[in-house]
Amino acid sequence: MNDRLPGFSTLAVHAGAQPDPTTGARVTPIYQTTSFVFNDADHAASLFGLQAFGNIYTRITNPTTAVLEERVAALEGGTAALAVASGHAAQVVVLQQLLMPGDEFIAARKLYGGSINQFTHAFKSFGWNVIWADPDDVGSFERAVTPHTKAIFIESIANPAGSITDIEAISAVARKAGLPLIVDNTLATPYLLRPIDHGADIVVHSLTKFLGGHGNSLGGIIVDAGTFDWSKNNKYPMLSEPRPEYHGIKIQETFGNFAFAIACRVLGLRDLGPALSPFNAFLILTGIETLPLRMQKHCENAKAVAEWLSAHPAVAAVSYAGLAGDKYNNLARKYAPRGAGAVFTFSLKGGYEAGVNLVSNLKLFSHLANVGDTRSLVIHPASTTHSQLDDAAKVKSGAAPDVVRLSIGIEDKEDLIADLEQALST
Amino acid sequence: MNHDSYSDDYIREILNGVKTIAMVGASPVNVRPSYFAFKYLAQRGYDMIPVNPGHVGKSLLGKPFVASLLEIGRPVDMIDIFRNSSNIMPALDEALKMTPLPKVIWMQLGARDDAAAAKAEAAGLKVVMNRCPKIEYGRLSSEISWMGVNSRTLSSKRAPIPTLGMRLSLNRMSVGGGETTASDRAAKNKSELT
Ligand SMILES: Cc1ncc(COP(=O)(O)O)c(C=O)c1O
Repeated sequence: MNDRLPGFSTLAVHAGAQPDPTTGARVTPIYQTTSFVFNDADHAASLFGLQAFGNIYTRITNPTTAVLEERVAALEGGTAALAVASGHAAQVVVLQQLLMPGDEFIAARKLYGGSINQFTHAFKSFGWNVIWADPDDVGSFERAVTPHTKAIFIESIANPAGSITDIEAISAVARKAGLPLIVDNTLATPYLLRPIDHGADIVVHSLTKFLGGHGNSLGGIIVDAGTFDWSKNNKYPMLSEPRPEYHGIKIQETFGNFAFAIACRVLGLRDLGPALSPFNAFLILTGIETLPLRMQKHCENAKAVAEWLSAHPAVAAVSYAGLAGDKYNNLARKYAPRGAGAVFTFSLKGGYEAGVNLVSNLKLFSHLANVGDTRSLVIHPASTTHSQLDDAAKVKSGAAPDVVRLSIGIEDKEDLIADLEQALST
Repeated sequence: MNHDSYSDDYIREILNGVKTIAMVGASPVNVRPSYFAFKYLAQRGYDMIPVNPGHVGKSLLGKPFVASLLEIGRPVDMIDIFRNSSNIMPALDEALKMTPLPKVIWMQLGARDDAAAAKAEAAGLKVVMNRCPKIEYGRLSSEISWMGVNSRTLSSKRAPIPTLGMRLSLNRMSVGGGETTASDRAAKNKSELT
């Protein structure tokens, strides 16, 4: 009997990867190839008809990328996953399976600025309409549901302010309305928080951040929880209806509890095309092996820096859910007891000017537009990641003009604090 | 026996032990799930028999359809029932009239009938419910991992060299991997509703 279940750190190292059957290579090889030979005509036809498991072309599957997919699926407790070229690509592919022109989806207002842009502007040209709701007010999600709503989208720990979303409460709204809940788990990673355990039906990530973890590769992934019944009321024809591009296969009927991941692969990635490079998959896989260790250090450092900042006379406010007394501290204790992540914001009494000065005076923190690197990072969201928003929307999304965002790395925390200290006093 | 979950060893032993499989409800339409599973299992060396009274006179991948289990005329190791939950019992009753008795009753993904399972077990048969043998074979051999599916197995051993091109072997040493409890729970809730 296989009664023992492996722990998270074991899965982070092993899930999806086994020694190569022909060479014995222990580390997953980089299958840097566009295509794969068929055994014979019938094998080719079986693969194209989705009757057999196997590789055709790297835009659809790749053996290096497949290891990454299985590993993240295992870490999130999902049935299957699909890796794509970026976090943004993951969002497009997911919603393409769910929305037709004229449909709506509800999204939390506190999101990564790039996602707000994508939903507001790029998706408009597909006829997908975003309806914004307030993650701090569950009722606003309930009130936003209409007969055209097809999905709800939230971030578990929201960029930029590191606020925590009450996933279970929003999942209850989704369940009642018969909608799938999509959770962007980028800033938490499954080490800190597993959205599927709290009712998410689909999890997306920008692998670019903590999962890859080293600031060297873009990537995104979609995890299927295997929980949603796509065929219940004909609202999701990509999954429930015969697909003409596959001679009439019904995806959910054929693939059961990993149907959504397959739809994303064979209807989304295959036709839209944002495939991940196998080399990036390799780097991200290597990063994931140390995810638990890195996240512990990221969180320990972030808490120390946030505590130090909140006691500093030049600081007006620190927004970090890991701080006792923070507005989101109770939610952090419930959803992310191992740590509230390492991305947070603070504001300076000197306002916008002081923020700009701070950024230019820092010597260890890198001023750039990313989070979730081993290195500590700093940015002024209002003039960069969230610059397309008007002032009211900036404030609502947690990126007011006087706010500075930090992504705390895994350096020695004393050095990070010393760098902030010298920058605040110059 | 608890049918909410099965150990990998239980499923592996069944798939390794059976040689002849009769598929009740097999379809000759090449986009139906039963066709997919039939073809996949035939290619992995199982002696497959399609059972479907609506298609007698036709054949499926060279195997002639029979109208009922009682018309097979040779020993069958496993009955794979490709019918929904409400049609399991009649197929089981027919299986229990076979001589010799089959060793395994397998109910397809989505199908679960606890009364039928108890009856089969009382007659000494092994039972699997709400699983697909193709998916289970793919999972335990890790072939399904090529599609990014969570095989829920881990192994530090070199997998057996693929046979017949890209087919992986069931005889792979592995331990249990990550759970998919939310999905299992959703499936259980659904089967309790239907
Ligand atoms: C929470 C979150 N989601 C999605 C994305 C987009 O990911 P990518 O840059 O990989 O497209 C980001 C990037 O900053 C992010 O922080």
